[in-house]
Amino acid sequence: MKKLAVCLVSLMILSAGLAMAASQDFQVGFVYVSPVGNAGWSWAHDQGRLAVAKMPGVKTAYVEAVAEGQDAERVILNMARKGYNLIFTTSYGYMDPTLKVARKFPHTVFMHCSGFKTAKNMGNYFGRMYQARYLTGMVAGAMTKSRIIGYVAAFPIPEVIRGINAFTLGVQRMNPAAQVRVVWTKTWYDPATEKEAAKSLLDVGADVLTQHQDSPAVQEAAQEKGVYSIGYNSDMSKFAPQAHLVAAVWHWGPFYREMVTQVRRGTWKPKAYWYGLKKGIVDISPMAKTVPAAVQQKVMAVRQAISDGKLKIFAGPLSDQAGKVRLTAGQALTDKQLLGMTWFVKGVVGSTQ
Amino acid sequence: MTENFAISLLAAAVQSGTPILYATLGEILCEKSGVLNLGVEGIMMIGALAGFMAAASTGSPLLGFLAGGACGALLAAVHGWVCLSFRGNQVVSGLALTILGSGLADYLGTPFVGRQAPGFDPFALPLLSRVPLLGDIFFNQDLLVYISYLIVPLMWIFLRNTRWGLSLRCAGENPDAAVANGISVTAYRWMGTLGGGFLGGLGGAYLSLAYTHLWSNGLSAGRGWIAVALVIFAFWRPERALMGAYLFGGVMAFQLRLQAAGTSIPSSILLMLPYALTIFVIVLASWRRPQSAMPTSLGVNVEPTE
Repeated sequence: MKKLAVCLVSLMILSAGLAMAASQDFQVGFVYVSPVGNAGWSWAHDQGRLAVAKMPGVKTAYVEAVAEGQDAERVILNMARKGYNLIFTTSYGYMDPTLKVARKFPHTVFMHCSGFKTAKNMGNYFGRMYQARYLTGMVAGAMTKSRIIGYVAAFPIPEVIRGINAFTLGVQRMNPAAQVRVVWTKTWYDPATEKEAAKSLLDVGADVLTQHQDSPAVQEAAQEKGVYSIGYNSDMSKFAPQAHLVAAVWHWGPFYREMVTQVRRGTWKPKAYWYGLKKGIVDISPMAKTVPAAVQQKVMAVRQAISDGKLKIFAGPLSDQAGKVRLTAGQALTDKQLLGMTWFVKGVVGSTQ
Repeated sequence: MTENFAISLLAAAVQSGTPILYATLGEILCEKSGVLNLGVEGIMMIGALAGFMAAASTGSPLLGFLAGGACGALLAAVHGWVCLSFRGNQVVSGLALTILGSGLADYLGTPFVGRQAPGFDPFALPLLSRVPLLGDIFFNQDLLVYISYLIVPLMWIFLRNTRWGLSLRCAGENPDAAVANGISVTAYRWMGTLGGGFLGGLGGAYLSLAYTHLWSNGLSAGRGWIAVALVIFAFWRPERALMGAYLFGGVMAFQLRLQAAGTSIPSSILLMLPYALTIFVIVLASWRRPQSAMPTSLGVNVEPTE
């Protein structure tokens, strides 16, 4: 009996010691809306997580395929309870659940992606993807022969509309007569519908396709038809080796590492982080050999100009779809206007409704 | 231009109607035997996953297609077990099957998201594809579409002219008379349920092997429910299921093409079209022929006969 008690007590001390050792690590949690898979939105975030995991003294964990709403709150709450120091929630619909849990755990730092709410211990973050979209638009404009470019897009919300507009401005920089045709699927991830939408664009003569969707179905459609495609989220060339020209990609790693360092040092501020090309949070993948060297050089020069802050994408003169002047020369859209963008620029064919 | 637009639209209608056609035929077979299976959505989901997994691991799309059917039948067997062996409520069991199938496919399929598997690609059927108009629409498709063309007349003959088909229908129309004639109602209902599940699974496999060559969670995206509705539209007849499935597929393809053509109609309205059409057609169908085609004992459980 005595032996057993000794055993138990030593076991307790041991496990407490282990727990202490574990809690000395800085723990970072990630919540993903879809399965990680090997391409797409959550995969890109997970690449960021892997970059964080390489930092000394940092442990990471993630939960994938978490539905927005009640489920999300439970998952985030669980992470906070387990003593995670920093939690990244990576889908728009996690905004309110994150805020709710953040109020209950004032010593944990929460970072929500793509929303707009902040609290004392909660910030939000996103990337200026439209900058990368502009560059991929330049490639599309240079490569199209039919002057029709197809854009399969998920939902008509400012984030997506902004991307379409920047892409179109990029197209027009290289090919002023080209138009961008938009088809809405009203889903982030439905390969069958995305592919059908891509085919409908091919049928109206599009010879370059791009997407604001999470599956590679659009790339597949372009590859089968023998036309070009431009990827999103991550380099999608493995899905369409001949078609794929370039992709607008996310690089969350450097940003996530920066946030971890700031929280550990105590310099982190609960604000909205909206970084762009300069910080490397968004970028373009290496361009395919089919893109002529002269075009590649031009795109890289513009990339540098955007990064240096010398080129503003949404600057006047700028007209909307109907031809109404929205900005005169010398004016530029503010971040607030960009975040609430609900109109198409000239050259886009489609409806924002 | 307009002619090309029409041909490509109709060809797309056939392709996007095919998974629904498989599932609708399956549900017709099942309901003809007197078993209502509302789990088509779940069966399609499992079929899509099983087909993809089998094709990815064996490298044979045809094996994947069959595996999709087999796993669809396996899930339908759960429905048979509940309703035929234990006489459970068919509506409740079917709904449970949808939830079970979707959940299971999500869970088991997560490691397969974003992976690639061999699939079916369109090829022109010799001779037939040279027929003007019809060739471009019907005979420039993939193998699974051609198989579905064969299943429709085969099922039509089976239900009308074979002994097994008549017995199966009898089990759905008048089980008491069937028993009096020495027909095992339970056996034929099992046949309908498993056969229906097999076809539903094939419909799911079509989505992950031919329509796209990808697996994703929620791949069937409501197509199973449309199949259930189309059975009523088709008056439980295979040849009308063909019409209904292509009509629905056509409207789905049409709204995307209308957007691509640069219409100013809001996309939200266009996306409603296929579903609005489903409701409209069902109302029209039941108004013209109130319930007359429905198997009389559909959804009614019978004592197991041994």
